[in-house]
Amino acid sequence: MKVKVKFLGPIAKEDKIIEIKDYNELKEILKKEVEEEWLESIAVAVNDKIVNSLENIKDGDVISLLPPVCGG
Amino acid sequence: MKNLELYNGGLPVKEIFSKWYKLKRGGMLLTFVGIVRDDNKATGLSFDIYEPMLEAWFEKWSDKVLMAHSIGDVLVGETSFMCGVYSKHREFQLVEEFVEDFKANAPIWKYDIIDGKRVFAKDRSKKLPNSGILI
Repeated sequence: MKVKVKFLGPIAKEDKIIEIKDYNELKEILKKEVEEEWLESIAVAVNDKIVNSLENIKDGDVISLLPPVCGG
Repeated sequence: MKNLELYNGGLPVKEIFSKWYKLKRGGMLLTFVGIVRDDNKATGLSFDIYEPMLEAWFEKWSDKVLMAHSIGDVLVGETSFMCGVYSKHREFQLVEEFVEDFKANAPIWKYDIIDGKRVFAKDRSKKLPNSGILI
């Protein structure tokens, strides 16, 4: 399946479309794409909703990586 | 989106306030106007916003709260964030609750502008719910 990944805010990378077999592979790829210091603080949204697992990922999903926030 | 306005650069405070004031919805209009401080040797702040999730987050407040926020650079002394609450009676608590939720959950990223460069305000930022699932 193919999914699109958005690297938001200070991660500041171009969107990427990646091809994966399953969620484990997605997780491994994302770990390589993002600097290690970010990993423990990043939240993940699938199709703009924050999730607590990537297990139900499916073809065509948009995955957004959200670092800590501070508006105002 | 209803009651949510985003602007490039500092907010036109008077224009936004007079627009909100003209709505004359109830007994009082309580407003919160943030002003960029002269901190951390910064000449200003800069903001990135992920608009689809900001709109989804704001949805639950949109009947009660008016909000304006900046995208991009905002200089010291300018305003990057305003919110307003119309009500029949005092609703200080509602403003407090809104700003708390905003700080914890609105998908907005803040940078200090130092020597013309954007430096992520990591120490002032809060992790979103379910952070760390990639570990």
